Amino acid sequence: MSNTQNSSKDSSQTMESNPRSPMGAMGRQGRNSLNASSNGQKLRLSKQNRVSWPLTVLTAVLSLTVLVPLYFAFVSSLKTNATIGGLELPQIWNWDNYAKAWDLVNYPRAVWNTLIITVCATILTLLSNTFVAYAVARNIDKPFFRFMYYFFVAAMFVPFTVIMLPLAQEIGWLHLDNQLGLIILYVVLGLGTNLFIGIGFIRSIPESLEEAARIDGASTWRVFWRIIFPLMGPINATIAVMTVLWVWNDFMLPLIILTDQSNATLQLSQYVFSSQFTMNYPVAFASYLMAMAPVLIVYIFAQRWVVSGVMRGAVK
Amino acid sequence: MATTSQTSHASRNDAHNFAHKAKLSQPRRKVDRAYYWMTVPAAIIFAFFLYVPFIQGIMYSFTNSQGFGSFRWIGLSNYLALFQDERVWHAYGFTIFIAVIIAILVNLIAMFLAVLLNSRIAFKGGFRAIFFIPYTLAILIIGYVFRYIFMNPLPALGQALGIDWLSESMLTNAQLAWIPIVFVSVWQSVAYNTLLYLAGLQTIDQEVYEAAEIDGANAWQGFWRITFPLLGPFVTINAVLSLKGALGAFDQIVALTGGGPSEATETVSYLIYANGMTGGEYAYQTANAVVYFILLAIIGFIQLKFFSNREQI
Repeated sequence: MSNTQNSSKDSSQTMESNPRSPMGAMGRQGRNSLNASSNGQKLRLSKQNRVSWPLTVLTAVLSLTVLVPLYFAFVSSLKTNATIGGLELPQIWNWDNYAKAWDLVNYPRAVWNTLIITVCATILTLLSNTFVAYAVARNIDKPFFRFMYYFFVAAMFVPFTVIMLPLAQEIGWLHLDNQLGLIILYVVLGLGTNLFIGIGFIRSIPESLEEAARIDGASTWRVFWRIIFPLMGPINATIAVMTVLWVWNDFMLPLIILTDQSNATLQLSQYVFSSQFTMNYPVAFASYLMAMAPVLIVYIFAQRWVVSGVMRGAVK
Repeated sequence: MATTSQTSHASRNDAHNFAHKAKLSQPRRKVDRAYYWMTVPAAIIFAFFLYVPFIQGIMYSFTNSQGFGSFRWIGLSNYLALFQDERVWHAYGFTIFIAVIIAILVNLIAMFLAVLLNSRIAFKGGFRAIFFIPYTLAILIIGYVFRYIFMNPLPALGQALGIDWLSESMLTNAQLAWIPIVFVSVWQSVAYNTLLYLAGLQTIDQEVYEAAEIDGANAWQGFWRITFPLLGPFVTINAVLSLKGALGAFDQIVALTGGGPSEATETVSYLIYANGMTGGEYAYQTANAVVYFILLAIIGFIQLKFFSNREQI
């Protein structure tokens, strides 16, 4: 209970820091109803605050569908090939499996590659996709920019598989079959979705906020970086969260783009690893867990932020 | 669509005034040049990495290219061959089959979980965080974990309990291999859709329920008469999004079955990758990709319609 209340408070605060709630109609409604419901709760403490324990137990049981496979992966990673298979804790905790997996997949290298790609792609996405969204949002009534809007967003509906074969070839010709190529592709391929999320938000930022600066002679670029970009904070957080999760967990793009083994990302190295060493399951599980660990650890500390970020993208 | 329809009155008027003023003074300087600098270079790069390969793909689909070396034009031969290729038909059938099942299951489960997570349970935030974990994990890795579970502990359990169909791994059975694929896909994508439904539920004003409660409605009626109708737009979005995601199933196929046993679980994406990249069917699979695109464009078009409808509400 307390958790949700806090997070709804958080999000309404960030929104209120902007003069007008820069959200779609849905978001605004949502905020009002959240406020209304928390007010209602204060008024009728006895009725609304009553926790339903049967439902809580049901939720707890259902959450096992998520937790048990992860727990199973964890205990399996500490066993040996002879004892693996059950849910019981291992008798001897075989941490050695992690050391083996660490070497076999060249873990530090894979993490470093994935980290570099994720960080660069996310930062470049935030720094570039936002101004494209701004330019399109502010001129959507002009035929050229309306065309641009459809030009970018239409590509959202082109599944990656369709361009996969020629793209891999093109990337090869350009010698971009490395981290740099992946970073560029993530920034470019995410543009459609980010535009879609961003434009609605920018349109709800009143233009009057820019006018004062423009009268003082600020250029459009300056207006964007000084006024609009900072106001886009919440939606930038959404874009960042979604980009990080996509890039970090993506498998298909590294699979077809990267040619040099030493550039492999975490997911790709798991694929290579699994097709080579399938017999040693505990080591495999150790390696899977190490591949999941970075995101899981970040998620444990930032879960409220991640969840609300993705949710904001959903109600756009 | 979405935003353009939002534009409607206010900015159309703005545009009118603006155009009027501009006509009086300087007709050419309507839009600040910076706006063009913000979009045109991006559009060129975008076209270069998306539209160029797309057009190239269409072009190659009319050739016998291997992906390298020389090729000649062979007209519609690839397309004609595609329509007679049983493997391709099977891949489309299988893709649509699992996509529909995944979309239905994901939406049923996600809506149920969202209503549950929105009810008067304790530790709401904690549970919400737990149910969202799968969204943060790579589907490839999840697939590997579940492959082991479906290959070893589960058949062992089946044998112990004397259940025939469970005693053998479903992954090696051509008739049943779709079940683990659907399971893993659902396990992973329920998280995101639950969140979408939760967002939808929070747009419903609590007072409506209170009013219904005063009128003597029970929880069940509350759901079917209030929650479900008001969630309407979210149901359409969720259904279309999850269907679209499932139609592109790839990672889970790689992790679980590799298209097997005997090509039984090949999705279109997997077939294009496997045979186009390494199987020597480069031009043929680009033709397949074009057909796949047309199929998905139809679905995308419907999606576009749904989105703009929703925005008008």
